[in-house]
Amino acid sequence: MNDGGMDSEKIEDIEIRLLLEALYRRYHYDFRNYAQASIKRRLRQARERQGIKTFSALQDRILHDPAVAARVVRFLTVQVSDFFRDPSYFKAIREKVVPHLKTYPSLKIWIAGCSAGEELHSFAILFREEGLEDRTLFYATDINQEALDAAARGIYPLDRIAAFTENYRLAGGKASLSDYYTTGYGGAVFDKTLRERVVFSDHSLVTDAVFSEMQLISCRNVMIYFDKPLQDRAVGLFRDSLARGGFLGLGSKESLRFSEHAEAFSEFVREEKIYQRRKV
Amino acid sequence: MSAAEHRAVAIGASAGAIQALLQILPALPEDYALPVLVVVHVPPGRRSELTTLFAAKCRVHVCEGEDKQPIEPGTVTFAPPDYHMLVEPGGTISLSADEPVYFSRPSIDVLFESAADAYGPGLVGVVLTGANEDGARGLRAVAEAGGVTLVQDPATAYARAMPQAAVAACRKATVLALGGIVEALLAAGTR
Ligand SMILES: C[S@@+](CC[C@H](N)C(=O)[O-])C[C@H]1O[C@@H](n2cnc3c(N)ncnc32)[C@H](O)[C@@H]1O
Repeated sequence: MNDGGMDSEKIEDIEIRLLLEALYRRYHYDFRNYAQASIKRRLRQARERQGIKTFSALQDRILHDPAVAARVVRFLTVQVSDFFRDPSYFKAIREKVVPHLKTYPSLKIWIAGCSAGEELHSFAILFREEGLEDRTLFYATDINQEALDAAARGIYPLDRIAAFTENYRLAGGKASLSDYYTTGYGGAVFDKTLRERVVFSDHSLVTDAVFSEMQLISCRNVMIYFDKPLQDRAVGLFRDSLARGGFLGLGSKESLRFSEHAEAFSEFVREEKIYQRRKV
Repeated sequence: MSAAEHRAVAIGASAGAIQALLQILPALPEDYALPVLVVVHVPPGRRSELTTLFAAKCRVHVCEGEDKQPIEPGTVTFAPPDYHMLVEPGGTISLSADEPVYFSRPSIDVLFESAADAYGPGLVGVVLTGANEDGARGLRAVAEAGGVTLVQDPATAYARAMPQAAVAACRKATVLALGGIVEALLAAGTR
């Protein structure tokens, strides 16, 4: 075994901790409890992209140059999403959750970690088709301001539309996806009335608190980036935000199986990772 | 090499993966001492079939990785379709929806690099048949962390490009036919 190798390994871990601490103290972005393996991979990419040799040197740049910090934060908040990602999830929302939601006179729906708005638009379209739109207020939150701005614009590159259209169809869409957008500005511009009842807001599942009582929260592929204690915090936030009998939808490979709040929820559609807040 | 030194096995395979893995995974005994983490490139949505197929043929437990699942010895864990699968230092799985690597999610490099960080010299990394370059960079990371590196002999592989790229990136890798890989894995992880 090579001692030099072992040592440099440990040094890198120390450097990463210090860098994340610097990012938090200087800019209040708290990635300190993100899943280590993922954050390390992203940070390595960010460092390579900046052409910097060590994390210590990157930390120096981050502390003294807000523009570098902003670029690194953009790198750490992964923006990969789709319209109707995992169509069977949206089909289950439509067929199994919507009938319950129809019994409420008014609805608050929270899309947590909404990225550039793909998931939000999917819900807005689904709610319009199910006649729930007028009674619904959506909250779409993320910590990446550029993503929130993009979500509020609702314009997507045309080369992504074919995949979106196929997902929409598989998700049980009742019309044609093209009914909801026009082409222009080099992309597909989604109907702005879909966003009329949406509040976009900068909200962190790590550092921010409950802000309203919800009937449905969809938080997909966000908590996979958190470590276990941080996941517990976020799920606790969802538990406290949900009305009794309200719904929580997760990504297709996430579950509450390992969560300390598991007992506050029951499985509603098991295969789709849709949970219901227990009534007692 | 005694089993005590080894902590986990990571396997990556692409074109021709199923035939190759059918020669390896069913050979592992029920009480195999190491966890086995596997990335196979298949079109999204097909992976659950893979788990079912191997569960029927293996003596070790076979599952598909879920986020924060503890990594257990004697268990083969396949990366789920459309996610990268990583190893956390505490010995649990974490998933990521990061961009595909070499058009592929899951990516072999992503698994291998994180496993090399987590297990260091205790990792056995294996690159099998495939038609792209995924796994080469990851196998080098395994070697740099002091782990054991095995590559399927390209001459015996259904698709050569991937094992060839792995050998090129990691010169000290041991090149073996599938039978040799099975023997090496048994030696590494039999109590
Ligand atoms: C991979 S995307 C998931 C997008 C979408 N929900 C989906 O499943 O397709 C992860 C999103 O989580 C956001 N995010 C990361 N950390 C967050 C936090 N602490 N609070 C809220 N959102 C966060 C990122 O900015 C990014 O937009």
